[in-house]
Amino acid sequence: MPDHLPVPRVDRRGFLKVGAAISGGLVIHVVVPIAFRPPWAAEVGPSFDPNAFMRIDRQGVVTLVIPMVEMGQGTYTALPMLLAEELEVPLEHVRLEHAPPNDVLYGNAMVGFQATGMSSSIRAFWTPLRQAGAVARVLLITAAANHWGVDQGTCRAEQGVVWHSTSARRLSYGELADAAAILPVPPPDSVALKDPKDFTLIGTSLKRLDTPYKLSGRMEYGIDVRLPNMKIAAIAISPVFGGRPKSLNEAAARSIKGVRQIVRIDNAVAVIADHTWAAKKGLLAANIQWDDGPHVTVNSSDIIRQLEEASKQPGVVARNEGDAQKALAGATQRIDAIYQVPFLAHAPMEPMNCTVHVRKDGCDLWVGTQVPTRTQSLTAEITGLPKQSVKLHNQLLGGSFGRRLEADGSVLAVKVAQQVDGPVKVVWSREEDIQHDMYRPYYYDRLSAGLDANGKPVAWTHRIAGSSIYARYLPQIFTNGLDRDAVEGAAEPPYELPNIHVDYVRVEPPGIPTAFWRGVGPTHNVFVVESFIDELAAAAKQDPVAYRKALLGHNPRAIGVLDLAAQKAGWGEPLPPGWGRGVSVQFAFDTYLSMVAEVEVTAESLVKVHRIVCAVDCGIVVNPDIIAAQVEGGALFGLTAALYGNITLKNGRVEQSNFHDYQPMRINEAPRIETHLVKSTVSPGGFGEAPTAATAPAVTNAIFAATGNRIRSLPINTALLKSTA
Amino acid sequence: MAFTIRVNGTAHRVDVDGDTPLLWVLRDVLGMCGTKFGCGIGLCGACTVHLDGRPTRSCVTPVGSIGDKALTTVEAIGNTPQGKALQQAWLDFEVGQCGYCQYGQIMSAAALLANTPKPNDADIDAAMSGNVCRCGTYQRIRAAIHRAARMREH
Repeated sequence: MPDHLPVPRVDRRGFLKVGAAISGGLVIHVVVPIAFRPPWAAEVGPSFDPNAFMRIDRQGVVTLVIPMVEMGQGTYTALPMLLAEELEVPLEHVRLEHAPPNDVLYGNAMVGFQATGMSSSIRAFWTPLRQAGAVARVLLITAAANHWGVDQGTCRAEQGVVWHSTSARRLSYGELADAAAILPVPPPDSVALKDPKDFTLIGTSLKRLDTPYKLSGRMEYGIDVRLPNMKIAAIAISPVFGGRPKSLNEAAARSIKGVRQIVRIDNAVAVIADHTWAAKKGLLAANIQWDDGPHVTVNSSDIIRQLEEASKQPGVVARNEGDAQKALAGATQRIDAIYQVPFLAHAPMEPMNCTVHVRKDGCDLWVGTQVPTRTQSLTAEITGLPKQSVKLHNQLLGGSFGRRLEADGSVLAVKVAQQVDGPVKVVWSREEDIQHDMYRPYYYDRLSAGLDANGKPVAWTHRIAGSSIYARYLPQIFTNGLDRDAVEGAAEPPYELPNIHVDYVRVEPPGIPTAFWRGVGPTHNVFVVESFIDELAAAAKQDPVAYRKALLGHNPRAIGVLDLAAQKAGWGEPLPPGWGRGVSVQFAFDTYLSMVAEVEVTAESLVKVHRIVCAVDCGIVVNPDIIAAQVEGGALFGLTAALYGNITLKNGRVEQSNFHDYQPMRINEAPRIETHLVKSTVSPGGFGEAPTAATAPAVTNAIFAATGNRIRSLPINTALLKSTA
Repeated sequence: MAFTIRVNGTAHRVDVDGDTPLLWVLRDVLGMCGTKFGCGIGLCGACTVHLDGRPTRSCVTPVGSIGDKALTTVEAIGNTPQGKALQQAWLDFEVGQCGYCQYGQIMSAAALLANTPKPNDADIDAAMSGNVCRCGTYQRIRAAIHRAARMREH
């Protein structure tokens, strides 16, 4: 997504303000330039917030008010590393605080508001956070030089201390913080940032800052919030999207011990109780009858038929170079294919929840959210309170994968809490979580390619039909009917394709809410493009790696990762019968990645993924171990979806409900995963989502290599596989 | 109805219906939130506790069914050398990502090591496949269990 936004890539520099903290010490305040603001973004922030961004107190403790949220991706470690590198403090000296909602102070320059997503954290804060650290370091050195009456050039900062080189005098950052706070601030661009070769923290596998907190239970997930007099709510949302509660047995619900109150809102019923079990029993006893509304006849087959029909008509052009139709007509060989990917739920381990206390004069929310300001703004709208009276206490996220980019759970909780006296924690059951997710859209893709006599592609057409998430989520960048997320990874494949035509047909499934899912556009499109290019290699009777390489001559970083993955995976070495290797290459989130999967298809047509080798060129690597962890996690997330992920609808209802029919991958099925990094001095690319996108095609291409069966729709239908074992 | 349960060696009197799952007694009544809610039907292992040392899914275990069995939760798992070794191994390998499932993972791993001090990969698969991690940390969980097992040898 960020690549489509009108933000210059290279120069996301911040403006810095420096001042004294109320309690003493130095405060650095970073304002990142934001190209546009969505409607919910704050218009003007306070001119100076003494708590903003980073402070150094008189004890030398560095506190980073961290604008992004931690949901497992490692941002609570990687972002402070950027600051600590330039500030010259050990990472463990940096304390973290969740940022309050404020787009001006904590906006994400790539996304346009305060949001954690789209693999943007490192890209958005790579320069501003290092600048903040560098400016603070210069101020602290200046303060020390002034104090000693020496030239700044004779002073150096190291490990939270300024040293005078010739006299061995020293002052700690804590001792210098007050004096530094009243110095004139150098313009950030005048302060030189380190040459990457001088990095001492960036590029090292420093331990995650959040892990000890998590293991000790000192940090809370949203679902763990406990407040005095807090009640717990269990909810039932209309099983059919858009339905409403018609009737319920309130007396029966109230007769359950511990049940306090029954609350009806537009599309749901909540039972408020002393504890979860009483609330759940109350919901059951209430025997809710629903008015299903207009979507009760919706079935998956109808949605697919609608997509299929719509995809026969031309769409909005995302890319057009050369004359693909003419080249197709003149090609030696023509290949056509239809690819489909299903609706997917996010199913993070921490089910949806939100704790709210609505009062006459204000409202507090405790929730783990990727979008604090959007949540605050929607809460203000519902309650009629001014935004500044809505306080959001962000919590750790027990996974998200895009789910908590949506504020629907908070909106529901606020509506419930409006009718409750005192704080109430609304916790969704896993069934509600899966059946009332906002889903990765179903996409229906039509592709055609023409090959010349040498098997080289001379024509490539790709039409994508599916829901537009942008049209709802960020309408200001949904322009001329083109959803840039829906075509990301398809409009610009990494290959040399002289005649290419890519278009998009927007089709909204009736009543089904759609949303971003880990890997966003590329998770869909890389599967399609990397499968289809594999089909072309097969049609050309060429090796899949060699075929891709021949089309990547202009793209050395892509060749770099492809070569590395192939070499480390032992591409070309013999495998047992029924086994195969498959490859994928992608450029997404400013990161190059190539994956090779080693897959066995058993005589019983079971797919066993034994090994995944991933080569990564994400520019400068901030923390190699976090990159490896994201490869492992992202690959399994993509693999789970490829093997099992499928949300289907029958009579307007989601058919899946829990982990038995929306299966997660388990430890006994998990392949060995290896990560290999390419050294680079390019600014870092995004990473949390890249491996998710790369996995499905590597695996399905391996299935083709093993069996000759081409998988064109996900999840993999093993019943259709014939093993050659 | 009132029940007296022994949690990590301490007796607690709780006044709830006998069918109330231990998970909600721990989290909502006793305020011990280390035991996590994931699925509610025993499919994910996030709520794993030990009853007399046996790994048990607290979301499907009624409080009225446990009698005077000793209930151990993740809050106390670091009190044993083996639990401590597991926590250290989890840190050494940076196992956790979002971390939410890891409390249950460590409880299952502790029960495994109590019965099988030197587990092989098949033992780990058998003992740990009931614990779901959506962040995909399985490779590191496996490595951390092997490490913790080795730490206990020394």
